[in-house]
Amino acid sequence: MKIALEVNGAQRTVEVSPWKRLLDVLRDELRLTGTKEGCGEGECGACTVELDGEAVNSCLVAIGQCDARRVVTVEGLARDGVLHAVQRALIACGGAQCGICTPGIAVCAAHVVDRHLVDGVDDATARARVRELLAGNICRCTGYQLIVDAVIAAARDVGPA
Amino acid sequence: MTGPVYLRPRDLDEAVAARAEYPGWMVLAGGTDLMVNANHRAVPPGILDLWRLAALCFVRVTDEEIAIGAGTTWREVETHPAIRARLRPLAAAAREIGALQIQARGTLGGNVGTSSPVGDSLPVLLALDAELEVASVRGRRRAAYREWCTGYRTTRLAPDELIVSATIRVPGPATRTAWRKVGTRRAQSISKVMGAAAITLDGDVVIDARVALGAVAERPIRIAAVEAAVRGQRLPQAADAARAALRTAIRPIDDVRSTADYRREVAENLVARFFSVS
Repeated sequence: MKIALEVNGAQRTVEVSPWKRLLDVLRDELRLTGTKEGCGEGECGACTVELDGEAVNSCLVAIGQCDARRVVTVEGLARDGVLHAVQRALIACGGAQCGICTPGIAVCAAHVVDRHLVDGVDDATARARVRELLAGNICRCTGYQLIVDAVIAAARDVGPA
Repeated sequence: MTGPVYLRPRDLDEAVAARAEYPGWMVLAGGTDLMVNANHRAVPPGILDLWRLAALCFVRVTDEEIAIGAGTTWREVETHPAIRARLRPLAAAAREIGALQIQARGTLGGNVGTSSPVGDSLPVLLALDAELEVASVRGRRRAAYREWCTGYRTTRLAPDELIVSATIRVPGPATRTAWRKVGTRRAQSISKVMGAAAITLDGDVVIDARVALGAVAERPIRIAAVEAAVRGQRLPQAADAARAALRTAIRPIDDVRSTADYRREVAENLVARFFSVS
């Protein structure tokens, strides 16, 4: 089946089975290997990408469902060589250890920041919300404190809508 | 690579026609259940893709009831102002289904169609006495949700039918509602026990109650023994009556997620809490 989708702002076309996972098309067909497979069950969030403006697990999306859809992967977060505020904050705060969960966390956190999901509340509330919004991204190095620090810093850096 | 036949219908007529012609095809929406371990599963002969089908994506609000299209995601349920304000247990359940990524793709119709005993929204639909609408080439029909679940992942959906919506009457001011889930952690984990209740009061006397639990049987169930035991009781005592009635009313199982004893104790605590004075 021929699928035409937008990936990180570019039109891409692939000829694959509609049952193939978006995750595998990104990695194997489009060579966008930033997106990682963790569990393949929608539990860990390592494969998170934005699909039509929503943060989703790309291991649970059939590519057949992606024709004419818009995908943003971790490779698409930086603009004109400048890292996204979330990526800069993850680096500044030390919000990454082994790195397997990091692409998914960066995409999910960028979604949270760009959609202003933690704006207009005090820090304690914002931290609680970040923990809830990123609850679908599991880090087995257990570095959540620094990750939450980074998302809050990025949200404050980007500012309200 | 060709793979299965794939169809994204333009409208509900085309969808039900395809469903009638190809009952063996997978009916796919957000994929949060059907795509789990997709690479290690049998490839379906065909995919009927209902994701974002306009006829299934709506929330219609009147004074008396709220109708929610089967294609509505849990994120949409959770953030809808009328559902948040007037169907609080459903919004609460939506917020604890998986996490953000799952809520963005998982749909009401998926929960109802998959009909897992651990489907988090299903006890809410029982407690709020939802009514389903289903469609096929034979026409549309309504089905009381209380009669929907027939066994382990089986329902009264005919092989040529699709789920269109669930309609829920808005509880009146004398009815209090509750939802509670207990799992290993708040997000992502599959429930050990969860339940919902709608309790109609006259002062502090229970006039009527609907109490439903998930993960304690092969399907989500109303607990008739508890509902009968609390009728006519004052609120604090109703909690004890509910606990006592539940003890012999369910037969939960041991499995990888929990033990029968733990499930029974948590279920007792849940129903007792529903009837405690808050």
